[in-house]
Amino acid sequence: MNFNFAFNLPEAVPSALAVVWFLLVAVLWVGYLVLEGFDYGVAMLIPFLGKSEKERRVMINTIGPVWDGNEVWLLTAGGAMFAAFPAWYATLFSGLYLPLFLVLVGLIIRGVSFEYRSKHPNTKWRGTFDWLASIGSFLVPLVFGVGFANFVIGLPVVTDPNNPALFVVATSQANVGVTPYFWELFSPFGLLGGIAVVALCLFHGSIYLVLKTKGQIHDRAKKFAKTMGLITIAGGAVFLVCQNLFWAPVFLSGLNWILVLVAAVALIWAWLNIGKGTSFVATSVAWLAVALGIFIRMLPGLGFVDAGTRTVFDASGELFGMNAFAAASTDGTLLIMLVIALIMVPIVLAYTIWVYWTFRRPIGVSNIPDDVVADAK
Amino acid sequence: MTAEILARWQFGITTVYHFLFVPITIALSLLVAVLQTMWVKSGNVRFLRLTKFYGKLFLINFAMGVVTGIVQEFQFGMNWSEYSRTVGDIFGAPLAMEALIAFFLESVFLGVWVFGWDKLPKKVHLATIWLGSIGTLISSIFILAANAWMQNPTGAEFANNRAQMTDLLAVILNPVAATTWTHVIFGAFMTAGALVLGAAGWNLVRVNREHPNSDDVADFRWATRFGAWVLIVACVGVVVTGHIQGQVLTDLQPMKMAAAENLQKTTDCAPFEIVPGLGVPCVLSFMATNDPGAEVRGMDDLAAEYSAKLAAGKPLDDRNQLQVTTAAAGAGIWGQKDAVDWIPPVMPSFWSFRFMMLLGVIGVAIGIYTLVATKGTKIPKGGKGWTAMMILTPLMPLFASSFGWLVTEIGRQPFIVNGVLSTHAAVSPGVTAFEVGMTLVLYTLIYAVFAVVEVNLMLKYIKLGMPHYLREPEVQTDEDAPMSFAY
Repeated sequence: MNFNFAFNLPEAVPSALAVVWFLLVAVLWVGYLVLEGFDYGVAMLIPFLGKSEKERRVMINTIGPVWDGNEVWLLTAGGAMFAAFPAWYATLFSGLYLPLFLVLVGLIIRGVSFEYRSKHPNTKWRGTFDWLASIGSFLVPLVFGVGFANFVIGLPVVTDPNNPALFVVATSQANVGVTPYFWELFSPFGLLGGIAVVALCLFHGSIYLVLKTKGQIHDRAKKFAKTMGLITIAGGAVFLVCQNLFWAPVFLSGLNWILVLVAAVALIWAWLNIGKGTSFVATSVAWLAVALGIFIRMLPGLGFVDAGTRTVFDASGELFGMNAFAAASTDGTLLIMLVIALIMVPIVLAYTIWVYWTFRRPIGVSNIPDDVVADAK
Repeated sequence: MTAEILARWQFGITTVYHFLFVPITIALSLLVAVLQTMWVKSGNVRFLRLTKFYGKLFLINFAMGVVTGIVQEFQFGMNWSEYSRTVGDIFGAPLAMEALIAFFLESVFLGVWVFGWDKLPKKVHLATIWLGSIGTLISSIFILAANAWMQNPTGAEFANNRAQMTDLLAVILNPVAATTWTHVIFGAFMTAGALVLGAAGWNLVRVNREHPNSDDVADFRWATRFGAWVLIVACVGVVVTGHIQGQVLTDLQPMKMAAAENLQKTTDCAPFEIVPGLGVPCVLSFMATNDPGAEVRGMDDLAAEYSAKLAAGKPLDDRNQLQVTTAAAGAGIWGQKDAVDWIPPVMPSFWSFRFMMLLGVIGVAIGIYTLVATKGTKIPKGGKGWTAMMILTPLMPLFASSFGWLVTEIGRQPFIVNGVLSTHAAVSPGVTAFEVGMTLVLYTLIYAVFAVVEVNLMLKYIKLGMPHYLREPEVQTDEDAPMSFAY
């Protein structure tokens, strides 16, 4: 009987498919940030910018038809990480246990709110769900922002002595399964990441609101976007400069400085053109530049570092085992999934564009029918 | 309690809870699509009213299904990271495909359906509910293929200390997946049919009392009978597919069958026990093999056989490529370092199996009774008995589905991947019992609060009855006019 068999590291064959999938995961995250980023922003602002019940309903109806589809980008990104990089998904999701729980709570309370707030005319009922939508939509990008900042710094991992293929997020071997890696996440740079991502969601979302609404709510959103733009530009600049000064990527550090420039130009362009369609394109480009810069920094260690050396190299100077190649699925799986992704992503994009076209018209309080509950009678 | 036990409870609670919303989402979306098609084809406003009435109930339920489903996808990595790492090469693929192919379709088009009444021409709007509904069906194919792989890991081999995919088609065309999918889908239609029946039947006696001979009476009467027929036809499907599923199960997971039947010793002409000790001879043999005289293997004999095979370094089932390659690599029961307790919890399996059947039977009996009570021009008088029946009908197949999953998942123990990877070895090594326990408590609290909200909303909208003063939806061109529907 052989219970105590030795585990060996899977042979890390540098696979071009692993690189392609790393890029695809980045693309899915960008899709998520660009699309759901604005509905987080809009939902966060419901209790603040919506001064009357009808105005709050205008805000909800600008994102109502699309928020659920937007959220699927996150689920697809998670599913793609699971299928293409099982070890990445496993180490990351178990390592950031409590933060991800907060994300789930945020997603639960906001998702239910959109559907349930209109189902009862009571002001208290609606107020409760407005706040749940707002808090949930704040919590999720906040945690992801803190998370991404920590991927830039590098989450420390150790291996299981019995199972060197298994990496666990912990500061040392002794802490595995004893002290969760949690408070360390909230370093100044970690918090800055959280604030920057929330700020960009608010800026992106208010720009969307300006484009999608009419009347007083439109004017109020415009005023807010003007202020929020300045905060976002300042916060984003500090974050991106710190990132590239202190945690320059192993590869392509020149490109990363160009991405910082792209993000800066895009944000300033957006701020100067609030109310024009190009402003939304500009904040989307900013998301793209910021996310790509972070993903480039996450090569090859996937946002992890060796707990001892705090770099992607172990004590003997070799590339450590938690990297994009060792964590990847087999080429067979990666290839099949790639074919499916190459067919499906354009189809999804096509019908998503059709949906945004269908709901292209800006709405104002005059478009809001009296009440759905009265309607149901 | 250890993190492992807490993680198992967390999986059980969140999954059973999630699956309270899934059957209604899958089947009611299709029934609503059918109703809307009947309206578009016939122009009969009855079907528009029913589409709106059931559409609301569908959406109240759908919201909970969506948000509780996200927890499921994250949970594998959070609580079962060693499982995720070792089987992600196979198990991750159907999850990613589900998101890309099905979940986008469902979420995007149902969003358009809800808000698109006055934005799209009738037929295009009708297409959106069909696309959304088809999305939920495709979704279930991938998710059940993923679950079936845990029951019967096909299309994979053991290499590099993990399971690696050798054949995607074998994963998707797993015999367990095919039988489970049909059984689950028929079960979903039982639940949705029963919900249509219950909501309409309750309103039928009420509107008949308040406004006899009104359109409402005629429409609810139609819907009551429609729901009853869906329930009864789906029940036939559930029985037939359940019988086939039992045989696949006996072949591939004999221990699960033995535990669900509390069968200690291998027996010819095995009895089906209604309660422990009270058995009907040969019925189990028929259920398991189609042959009343056949031998059914018992738990003690299976356990002895498995222990011997493990000691000899042999796979438990030499027809399974993953089990064979795992044994050939000398990996035994992968990661299992302690002695193996081969027998899953017997009484939970045994009783879950019986409750599943009992609740299904009660549900369909109410369906048949309702058909009789509304035959010809008859309309039931109502009263407490009728109200109780209308409330119970949808709950019966719904909870039967929960019990069915308990049999499936409890009976898989001690494995997370049958015959290969133990549940014990699959748990996240770095996650503390405190983390799992705290989140377990919080999930349960949040879910309980939302359960109360959801049930109240369901009842409220059932009681509101049929929508009146319906405008025929048409494409709105005036940019300042109120939308025909908004949140």
